[in-house]
Parts: sequence; C-alpha cells; structure tokens
Amino acid sequence: MMNSQEGAGVVIHGTAPSIFLRNISKAFGETIALSDVSLDLRVGEVHALLGENGAGKTTLMKILYGLTQPDTGLIEAGGVALTINSPRDARAAGIGMVTQHFSLVKNMTVVENIALASANTFSLDLASVRKEINAASAKFGLEVSPDAVISSLPVALQQRVEILKALMSGCRYLILDEPTAVLGPQDIDSLLEVIKKLRSESGIGIVLISHKMAEIEQVADRVSVLRRGKVVSNSKVSGMSSQELIGLMMGNDEVAVAQRRPTQQLFGDPILALKGISVTTESGELNEVSFDVRSGEIVGVAGVSGNGQAELVRVLSGTLALDKGSVVIEGNTLGQTTPQSLMRAGVGMLGEDRHASAVHALQVMENLVLDCIDNFATKFQLKQKEILEHCESAITQFEIKTTPKQPLGTLSGGNMQKVLLARLFSRKPKVAIISQPTRGLDVMATRYVRSLIMQASTEGTAVLLVSEDLDEVLELADRVAVMYRGAIIGIVDGSTATRETLGQLMAGIKQ
Amino acid sequence: MPWWRGPALIAAAAFVSFLLSAIVVRWAGGAPISAFHYMFISPLQTRFGITESILSATPLIFTGAAVAIAFRAGYWNIGAEGQLLAGTIGATWVGIHAEPLPSIVGVPLILLAGMLFGALWALVPALLRTRLGIDEVVTTLLLNPVALLIISGLLNGPWRNSETGFPDSDVIAKSTQLPIIWPGTRVHLGLALGVIIIVLCWWYVGKMAGGLKLRAVGMAPGAARIAGLPVERTLLVAALVSGGIAGLGGSSEVAGVAHQLTTGISSGFGYTGVIVATLAALSFIGSLCVALLFGLITVGSFSASRALEIPSTIGEFVQSVLLLTVIAALVIQKYRVVWTRGKK
Amino acid sequence: MIDITQEIIGSSLRIATPLALAALGELVTEKSGVLNLGVEGIMYGSAFVGIATAAHTGSLTTGLIAALVTGAAAGLIFAFLTVTLGVNQHVAGLGLTLFMISFSNSANRIMFTSDGGQVRVDPWRPIDFGGPIFSQYWITYATFLFIVPLTWWLMRRSGLGLKIRAVGENPEAADVAGIDVTKTRYTAILIGSIYMAAGGAFITLAFVGSFTINIINGRGWVALALVIFGRWKIGRLLAGAALFSLINAGQLQLRLLPSFSNVPFEILLALPYLAVIIGLAVSGRNIPYPGAYLKPYKRH
Repeated sequence: MMNSQEGAGVVIHGTAPSIFLRNISKAFGETIALSDVSLDLRVGEVHALLGENGAGKTTLMKILYGLTQPDTGLIEAGGVALTINSPRDARAAGIGMVTQHFSLVKNMTVVENIALASANTFSLDLASVRKEINAASAKFGLEVSPDAVISSLPVALQQRVEILKALMSGCRYLILDEPTAVLGPQDIDSLLEVIKKLRSESGIGIVLISHKMAEIEQVADRVSVLRRGKVVSNSKVSGMSSQELIGLMMGNDEVAVAQRRPTQQLFGDPILALKGISVTTESGELNEVSFDVRSGEIVGVAGVSGNGQAELVRVLSGTLALDKGSVVIEGNTLGQTTPQSLMRAGVGMLGEDRHASAVHALQVMENLVLDCIDNFATKFQLKQKEILEHCESAITQFEIKTTPKQPLGTLSGGNMQKVLLARLFSRKPKVAIISQPTRGLDVMATRYVRSLIMQASTEGTAVLLVSEDLDEVLELADRVAVMYRGAIIGIVDGSTATRETLGQLMAGIKQ
Repeated sequence: MPWWRGPALIAAAAFVSFLLSAIVVRWAGGAPISAFHYMFISPLQTRFGITESILSATPLIFTGAAVAIAFRAGYWNIGAEGQLLAGTIGATWVGIHAEPLPSIVGVPLILLAGMLFGALWALVPALLRTRLGIDEVVTTLLLNPVALLIISGLLNGPWRNSETGFPDSDVIAKSTQLPIIWPGTRVHLGLALGVIIIVLCWWYVGKMAGGLKLRAVGMAPGAARIAGLPVERTLLVAALVSGGIAGLGGSSEVAGVAHQLTTGISSGFGYTGVIVATLAALSFIGSLCVALLFGLITVGSFSASRALEIPSTIGEFVQSVLLLTVIAALVIQKYRVVWTRGKK
Repeated sequence: MIDITQEIIGSSLRIATPLALAALGELVTEKSGVLNLGVEGIMYGSAFVGIATAAHTGSLTTGLIAALVTGAAAGLIFAFLTVTLGVNQHVAGLGLTLFMISFSNSANRIMFTSDGGQVRVDPWRPIDFGGPIFSQYWITYATFLFIVPLTWWLMRRSGLGLKIRAVGENPEAADVAGIDVTKTRYTAILIGSIYMAAGGAFITLAFVGSFTINIINGRGWVALALVIFGRWKIGRLLAGAALFSLINAGQLQLRLLPSFSNVPFEILLALPYLAVIIGLAVSGRNIPYPGAYLKPYKRH
C-alpha cells in the first residue's frame, strides 16, 4: 500500500524505507560546512554521528530537519526525492528532531506544547491530546505528567517531552543532537535505555549526535565520522575501538605540530588565578574550576562546545556572577567580577561573538576607544584628532582594511575582529581572555590573528585562549586545559599534546 | 543600495501624506492647492505669520529635543507630555508666589523650577527601569494623565483663580514672565532657550565623551556593557535630562506666553514631540527644523480653516499621516523587505 | 444607603463596559507579543465612525458594524507597520492614535459641527430587568455575559488562543511547530482592534448618544494600564476594571454631596495609573511579560 503526502515523498506502511542523504554540500559565506556528504539512515538502527566542533554534524541534521537548506545535494527515500523546507515537512516525511535548545514554550503545560503542532483555529481538544500523551507514554516508556508546566520540570523531563512530541508526530526517524549534554549520570542511563527500547521495540531509526565514546559504544549500531565537513568513515560500531574512532574524528595531522610555537621556558608568576569557580545557569555550569595563567603564557581551553567554556568566558568577562570561588589577578582577589572591575584590574576580553561586542553603527575609530573614552576627551569635547591618530596607527599596526570613519558594521568579519583585537591589545592588558578568535575567518585573517595573539604573549600578556578549533589550541597553547561537563578534566603540556590525547580527554576519558 | 533610494522613499511618504490630506480638504469643500498654500506659504508672508509659527513651534523644540535625547540613549520616554505638564506646575507655583522677587531672580527661578519638576516626574520610571528592569514605555506613558489630573485638581482647588473663580490659575508675577525677544511680537525668551538646548544636545551627543557613551548604549547596550560603559547610569541620566528639558518647555509655555496655568496649557506637545523627533530621525538640528515646520503647519491650518472653512485639525492630520508614512519609508529604506510566497 | 450602593454598582457596570472591551482586546494583542499603543485612537475613531454612520443611515446597528470595520482597518494598518515592516511599536501605536484622533476631529468638523451643530443619535437605551443594577445597555450585558467568557474560551481553550500564547512567548518554538507567526500576530492584533472599536462605539452609540472632542477621555490609556495591572490574566484584568469603575462611579455620587464638594476627586481618577506603577514596582523583576514582548520576529 502506497501512501503519498504532498511534498514529503513516499511513506510506505510497514517497513519504512531508508533515508539517503546524497552529496550534500553547504557553505556559510566563505566557510564550508559540508562537502559532498552522503549518508544513509535505516529504521531500527542507532546511527551515531561523530565529529569535533564545527565538523558539520549539526548543520547536516538541520538540513535533514528542514531548519536550513543544502546548497547542493538531495535527500531521498524509497527512490523519491524529499522536499524538506521546514520542520513541518520533515515531520510529514517521518523525521523528528530533538535539538540542543528545546523548542518548548516554557510557561505552557506539556499538553499545550504537544497540541501546538496540531492546533486548529477553533477546536482544541486538550482531553484527547492528553489521552494520546498517556498512550504514547505507556507505549514508549516515557512517563510525563501532561498538565505539568514546562518551566517546573527538570531538564531531563523537558527533554523527555521533546522526545515524546517527536514520537507522537509519527516519526520513524528521530535525530538526537547531543542529548546527554544537559543530563546527570542517572538520567543519561535512563535515556540510553529509552534509545535502546525505541530501536528494538518500536523500530525507530535513531541518529545520535554525540562525542561521548562510552555512550556510542553502549547504544550505537553504526557510526559515521565527520571531519571538516566530510564523511571519513562509516562502519559498524562493533568493529571499531574508541581509539580508532577518536583518531578518525580528530585526524592525525602532523602539520599542526610543525607550527607549534617554541616551548617557552621562563614564565613569570601567575597573573590570573581561578580558584574553585562554580556557577550554575540554565544553559550550563562550572564545577570547581581552578587553574592559573602566568605572564607571557598562553593557556588553551579545549573541549566540545557546551561543556562550560561559554560560562567560563562569561565569568571572566564580568557578565556572569559567581556562585562560589574567586578570581585573583596578580594576587588580588576581585570582590566583584564586573566588566569595570576586571578592566581596572588589567583584564581584557575578546568575546566569541564579535557582533555582540561591536557597535555596528558607530565608526571604527569610535569603537576602538569605546573602553577608554575618557582618555580621549577633555571636559568639553572628544579629542577627535587624537582618536583619529590612534585609529590610524591601529590600522597600520594591525593591518586592518578600513578607513577610520567607516561604520564598524560595514567591515568584513576578519577586519571587524582585527578592530576588536586592536582595542584589546593596544591597552597592553595584563590578562587577555580570548574566545573563538578565528571563527568564521578566512585563512589569511586566521593566520594573522594567531600571530597577534602570540605577539601579545611575548610582550608579557597572560593569555587564556578558549577555542573549539583544536588546531588553533595545539598551535598556540603552552598548556591545554580540557573542559568536560563544567570541570577541568585534565591539563596537559601544549608541546607534547596530540589531537588523539586531547580527543580522549574531550570525550570524557581520563588519562 | 542606490543613494537616491532613501530620499525617494521619504519623498514618496510625503507625497502620500499630502495626497491623503488633499482628499480630506476636498471633502471639506476646499481646494487642496489653496489649502496647502495657506498652510505652508502664507504664514511666511507676514511678520505676524512668521512669529506666530515660531511661537507654536517653541514648545515642540523642547519636547522634540527631550524625546530625541532619550530615544538616542535607548530610553523610550513616552512621558514627555507629563514631564512638560509637571514643568508647568513647577513654573506656576513659582510664578504665583514670586511677586516680591526682582526679574533677575524670578526668570531663572521659574525656568529652574520647570526643569526640576520635569526631571522629578521622569525619576520614578527611570529608577524602575534601571534598578528593576521594568520597561519604561508604560510607566512613562501612564504618568501623563496623572500629571493632567494633578493640574485639574490644583486648578479646581488651591490654585483656582482668586478673581474670577474659574479653574485657571492667577496670572503669574510680572517678574517671572519671560521677556519678549522680538519686539512687537509674542516671541519670547523660550525660543532662544530652546535653540540653546538644541545646540547643547547636539554638542553633547555628537562631540562629547558622555555623548559617545550615550550613543553606544542606545545602539548596542550589550557591546557597551562589555566595553565597560555604565549602562544603567547612562540611561538614568538620559531619562532625567529628557524630563528636565520637557519640563523646561513647560515653564517656557507658562512663563513665556500663557502667563497662567490652564488645563489646556498643552495641546499634546509631548506626544507631538515624539512625532517631531521621529521625523527628524532623532537628530537635534533636524528636530529644530521639524518643530518649526510643525509650528508653521499649526498656524497655517488655522488660517486655512478660517479662509476655506476646512477644519483646523487638518494640521494635526497632516502631521500624523506624515509620521505613519515616513516611519514606514524609513524602515523600508533600511532593509529590503522580502516578500516570499512560501519557501523556494 | 442601599439605593446609593445599587446606583454605584449599576453605574460602575456601565463605566466598566468600554474599559473591559478595550482592555481585553489589548490583552489578546499583547499576548501575541505586540504592544498596541493605538488603543485610545482606535476607540476614538471607531466611536466617531460609528455614530456618524448611525446618524447617516438611521440605524444604530449599521453604525456599530461600521465602527467595528474601522477598528479592523486600523488594526490592519498597525499590523502591517509593526509585524510586516517591523517598525518601532511605540511610535507606530502613538502615530496611529494621533492619526485616528485628528481624522475623527476633522471629519466631525466637516460633517457636523461647521455650522455649530453636533452629531446626535437616539442612542440605545438600557434594558430594564428591575433595579439600577439590572438596568444596563445590551452591549453591557453582551460584554460581561458573552464576550468575557468568549475571550476566556478563546485564549485558554481554543487552538487560536494556544497559538497566540505560543507566538507571544517563544515565536521560534512556535515556528518550528509549524505555526505561522505573522498570521497569528495579525489575527491577534485584528481581534484586539475590533474589541477596542466595540468599546469606542459603546460610548457614542449607547452611553452618550453624541460625539464631542475628547469623547474617549483617556479610557484607552486606562485599558493599557488594566492589562498590565492584570498581569495579562483575564480575571485579574476584570477585577481591576471592576475596582476602578467602582471608584469612579463612587466618586461621581460622592461629588454630589455637599460635604464632599471640595475633595479633589482627581486623586481617585488617577488611581488606575498609580496602582499599576506601584504594582510594577512591588513586583520588581518578577513581572510575567509575554516572552517575546515588543520583539519583532524574523526567521533566521
């Protein structure tokens, strides 16, 4: 019996067909996210998608779920190409997804959230949705109380609602994007059991995006490894060891080692010291983070995104208050970590989102002096000439392709980043917190930015480099601290670390 | 984006406004060309017309500046009306008790009182925003009718006219009345003050350190915070300065032309100030120009209404249609509005 | 004493009618994430068009329909400006208010008052079921016995209400669930403006029977205050409306008594506004604004 739904391809009762992603390519501006990726998904199978940050896993799944469109390539099932232009289309094609940030309306109940997808204008039969929820709960073993308000549920249960929502839309494939990132150990075990049950009893095809070897070994049947937007391996899990998998994921590039900066023998005293920093927020947490950075040293912070790096940067930039612990600069404990107190103590910051640090409508030269305006003004007016000169010298020194009076928003990503770095380094900070400095930049700009960072450390700045780009960390860092689940799982020497060893730590495998 | 696109869109907006206004004029039985002549040209042809236009524009210069400076900082002060009215209360209070004072004290005092009361009226919403993060739009807005009610209460009570018993205040002391700066007309010191305020605002926001901070906070509060700028303090100061300027506008009206307080002291100057500032794209010199234009329109529509028997409210109609069409044009100019019929 | 109390209650129901209608309309709009400062203007314009049409056609009902159409047209303009174009909502709302008021005043002048006259109709009279409390206009009965429960049902029990709430709280999630955010916001704004129009029409077609300058007299702003006072909940909103109407009606009665003739009743009239501001201050950072309040939605 063939059932066809408009725009969604062909769905056959009984055995659902495999889904084939063929030759998918996607670029964001100059950055190539996916390059000729082909993958096949089968029902009744857990297919793990492994790859480091930026390898393209989430982009690929977003394409599958209709949240974005590929540049080339297609998705087909049963020999027919599927048109997936929105999540609604994806669901019609039998694909469901639980994203890392849930699509739930916090102040509505579970029933109301699930009813959203099928809500007609007038009739709203919450009672029958409730019945359906209870039936689905029983069938899939996912208990939720339908009338609970989402915001009152712990994260694990909210995730359960998302899974139930997807299953109830009749999906045959379920994409889970790093589902255990937000869960505690018991909840992780429960979830893995649920995944196994869904595969075996309900015949759902599950795509599991994860970087955690333990979990992949526990539940996955097949694993595809993505590296730099390409599929480098596709095999049964049983035939691979985690070493091999990590090796495939990280690559064995020796090139990076040759570019390492020469081992610095002499550093000064610790300029920046973190002591037992703990914070809990909605999006993540930090757990007793302690380490220090010495004058002239570059400490890299590596880890899969979502393990506390963003929170660490926010704490050190003064936009997130500590629950416990303290930040010590040159031996002085900071009472309050605000942008002003950090700045006064000599800490400068380059955030991961340059657009959040840039005032696009202001001129380049105005942005350059934004953190020290009073130094460039008399009581009665701004010293325009000095601001201009300051900008011109920065343009020369930092090789920025711009004119001083251009609005910052008109600059390319690379040049905007150079402006922000110029602002950071021209005040010769004692400590520089730098996050994702080369994200989205082309090769030239990347090389230049990295040389700037090295230059600054040679001049004595203590640099904390938080980066998802492992090559970058390996190239620049004297020591590498790896974050896992909000804590530092290990600190290794930069000159001897390899992608493998770091990959192990990042995957949660302690040495 | 071709350079002419912006001005062309604004011109289109103006054209649509005039078209709609012409329809209303026609409906009223007048000839549109004639009406526009009365509205825009004829006041400029007599000294009386020019000075009355300036007089009508004067309060708008203050409220336009007040709104512009607040909006530039990202503080959505919709309460300029109430702040202006608070200023009139302060001014009247000084005015009716200042009989024995000499002019040299009286005039600055009445102006200062207006500024102070205006700033005070802006204080509570500003604190609620900076301390508790409470959106200022509704809090500033709701204080507008409260200010008017206070005036009504005062005029029906302790400030009731001692001679006539009507609900308007006594005439304020001569020593507090603003001197006329254009002899033979009603144009008073308030105009000069208004222009000074405009210039000060323009200088501060464009050329001083504090102004750069204000602009940064208004454009990108997150980036400003990261750069270490004191966002809350900047908002608070902008709010108080805004209220003070509006309040000064109020005392300018009382001390300069009305010389007493009535419930009709403001014909929506605070709200019109929002139109003025928006049409001027929040620039100060632009606000001065638009305020003068609006003063012209107000006077012109009165003469048009007398001569052609069209309603005098045609002026306000033109102003509000201009606002709606121009804000649409300004947005269309900034972005390309993409019309999609489904995806791909 | 009982008589006065009954008078006050009866009177307050009349006073509350336009407030409740306009406030409910604004609530529906704000629940979708949009702030419509055009309430005062929409009430004003609809009040005028309603009575002008009624005077012209001789039918109050036709007038009411014309008023509702006016409200819908105003809502469409506002929705186009704010949802489609993404214009600043405060400025668009204020602009709409000033536009509606100036248009109505101009049209009033042209049509009715140029020779010193005034538009008048024979308004709807209260339907008397006995006693001052149960002697109300049909619109009042309709509002409290039908519209209020209908609105509650709409927001809490209908699919549309669910969509409106979702869109106002988390438009991204709503979008992923397949809800058309734009269409939903347009609908919410239109429903709101039609309610506001009904509130305005009530005043000219029933309450007063004529149109004068400043006929709405700030009721639109009170309606805005009521929505916030009610923390976007219908029950609390109505409680606020009841409270302020009672106080308003009460002070009208008290004013007539010689011993009270000097008391500044303006304080009582200012009460709705002050109560909201004080309430906000007390709630501090815990005010349950709709999550997407004032944020235009653009899909990435």
